[in-house]
Amino acid sequence: MTRLPVNLMIGAVLVGLVVATAALSLVWTPYDHTLLNIRDKFAPASPVHWLGTDQLGRDVFSQLMAAARNSVAVALTAVFIGGSIGVSLGLLASAIGGLVEDIVMRLADISFAFPALLFAIMLAAVFGPSLTVAVVAIAFINIPVFARVARASANQIWTREYVFAARAAGMGRFAITRDHVLPNIAAPVIVQATIEFAIAILAEAALSYLGLGAQPPAPSWGRMLSEAQTLMYLAPQLAIYPGLCIVVAVLGFSLLGDGLRDVTDPRLVRER
Amino acid sequence: MPKKIWKSAMAIVALAVSGAITPAIASAESSIVIGLQQEPTSLDPTSDATASIDGMLAQNVYESLTTVNQAGEVLPQLAESWTVSDDGLNYTFTLVKGATYHDGTAFDAQDVVFSFDRAMAEDSVNPSKGLFKSIESVSAVDSGTVEIKLSKKDAFFLFNMAQGDASIVASESYETNNATPVGTGPFKYDSWTRGDKLVLAKNANHRNAGSVALDRVEFKFISDAAAASAALLSEEIDAFPGFPAPELLPQFEADPRFNVVVGSTEGEVILAMNNSKPPFNDVRVRRAINHAFDRDEIIDGAMYGQAVPIGSFYPPHGPAYVDLTSTYPHDTEQAKALFEEAGVAGSTMTLRVPPFPYATRSAEIIQAQLAEAGIDAKVENVEWGFWIDEIYKKQNYDMTIIAHTSPNDLGNFARGPKYFYGYDDADYNDLWNRISSEVDPEARNALLQEAQQYLTGQAVHGFLFQLPQLGVYKTGVDGFWPSRAVLFQPLAGVTMN
Repeated sequence: MTRLPVNLMIGAVLVGLVVATAALSLVWTPYDHTLLNIRDKFAPASPVHWLGTDQLGRDVFSQLMAAARNSVAVALTAVFIGGSIGVSLGLLASAIGGLVEDIVMRLADISFAFPALLFAIMLAAVFGPSLTVAVVAIAFINIPVFARVARASANQIWTREYVFAARAAGMGRFAITRDHVLPNIAAPVIVQATIEFAIAILAEAALSYLGLGAQPPAPSWGRMLSEAQTLMYLAPQLAIYPGLCIVVAVLGFSLLGDGLRDVTDPRLVRER
Repeated sequence: MPKKIWKSAMAIVALAVSGAITPAIASAESSIVIGLQQEPTSLDPTSDATASIDGMLAQNVYESLTTVNQAGEVLPQLAESWTVSDDGLNYTFTLVKGATYHDGTAFDAQDVVFSFDRAMAEDSVNPSKGLFKSIESVSAVDSGTVEIKLSKKDAFFLFNMAQGDASIVASESYETNNATPVGTGPFKYDSWTRGDKLVLAKNANHRNAGSVALDRVEFKFISDAAAASAALLSEEIDAFPGFPAPELLPQFEADPRFNVVVGSTEGEVILAMNNSKPPFNDVRVRRAINHAFDRDEIIDGAMYGQAVPIGSFYPPHGPAYVDLTSTYPHDTEQAKALFEEAGVAGSTMTLRVPPFPYATRSAEIIQAQLAEAGIDAKVENVEWGFWIDEIYKKQNYDMTIIAHTSPNDLGNFARGPKYFYGYDDADYNDLWNRISSEVDPEARNALLQEAQQYLTGQAVHGFLFQLPQLGVYKTGVDGFWPSRAVLFQPLAGVTMN
């Protein structure tokens, strides 16, 4: 490995930009993103409002920053929860095998076939739409993805000589899973997680666009997009900015994931 | 991979082009597609309060004894004429001859008696029982004559009898009217695809069928403003009499394919408060909320300036209007002080809003304005069915935003504690009694002004603005009322060119 792949570097820069913006918005935005100033609505970009104001006179740049925080937080939480459950289930299936493996993997197949959007609508109908609903729905669609990756990778580890050695030495299945399997499947899981971040950010935007995610005044790229929809004639920039943000974030995480895949063990990746 | 993307891109372009050049389906018969924001959950105006039931079906599928024209004047409908006794308590209606229901059963005096008895019954499900309150008895003199006795004079009686709530239904079909409406009107029910459209067909047996131009009417339900605009631009719909997005009007005004007509409705948009629930049973809290919001900002932000502010529950174009918009000037400090005094400073309240742009947009602005006054208002966007069930029927809410589009509805505040306002005030009930039995127009207007002042003094709700009627019509569509004094829109006079 002499030099890093281009996609990894571009991805890292874009992701760094999004994450830094999200982090910065915790301590500073040019304006309070919820501050209305209706008399100053649709202001053009200027030194006062860097990207102008929206239909209620809110500062667009501040909203985009605060929305980045929401997006990253939702994606991080959802992928972490979905990933933890999914990886645990995959490891369990692989360690025990037999009927348990069949049941876990068939359940994963079933939940894989269940449309995520339908699940989110169902949750929103029962609990009312909120960011929590978005997190749960996105976490849910991540479980089978991680379960599959973890099981497929773990099954290979279980055929390695050092695992046979450990078993011969009398080590239990769970101890082997913890000490030998988990560290060795970390790379593909991390690659998968990075790619799932991209999907999660897109999913959060889609859910918020449909009104199932972030509720006003919580900022969200998806909601900004849906609010800008009837304003295309008056102020097309209000749809373009959040759209661009979504593109940057999704592209960044996708490229980073691809790049990480390229630099980690290619054999593992091919066999997956 | 790139090839695949290219192919699908081509397919999308081809699809878009074919969509653009396919002409709207033209047919020999006259057919109109009308866009509508609010899909009801029932099609029976005599048992459900949803305004769009009346908007689609009253005086079109169902008919009442009387009807009302665009100016609000009472005209004959199923009653071709009537006489009133000198004391104003006895009405004798002569019914039209030869009217039949769409299922073939004949219309006669018994149907009128049945409909009124049903609406007036103890366990009546009529959404506007108040309309029938002054009636003592309804009886059939013969098959073509009905006599209605009132217990007290009722200035609005003939006007009220024109409303969808007073539709004359048949004992044979009333139970299924919620899904398959049967009436005597110039249009009959054809089909209802829930979530999509309601179709009516011309009733060739109607007594005035000769003067009805439309053969087929399709109501298309589109609640989303962007989708409504797209449907109009693609000429999928011909008329949108209650267009939800004022910000899009300039676009339609600039397009020669469309006519934009801005009128008024009877709809007072209010920030309704649940007066029976703490802290809203405290007038100081209600006044504080009235000081906290800024009407001009709401109208500017939510309606793009296309609405007239109101300070009470009466339309600005009405004869008894008094301007009370400055009773509670926007004053965040005053609001804070009142919240403090009532002990609710810094508390959390919910604002449950139905899925109409005027409501969701106003909610966002009001939320920010309440936040300035130290109140954390949680906005919950809910579906229409949920709103009718939880808020309207079960009073399960703190605050909501809704347009009351019924005419002459100051009586809402006299509907007792079970109505969703949760407002019960003996003084007001008495005032409303005097209003509804006052037949002298001038004296009545004076009382109506008193009622407006009383309700504003009590700050029962936040009174926001009068809902405008924003109509977008394809050029050549004619006969829609630019402003409405009632909920319904007769389609018998609508023509397409």
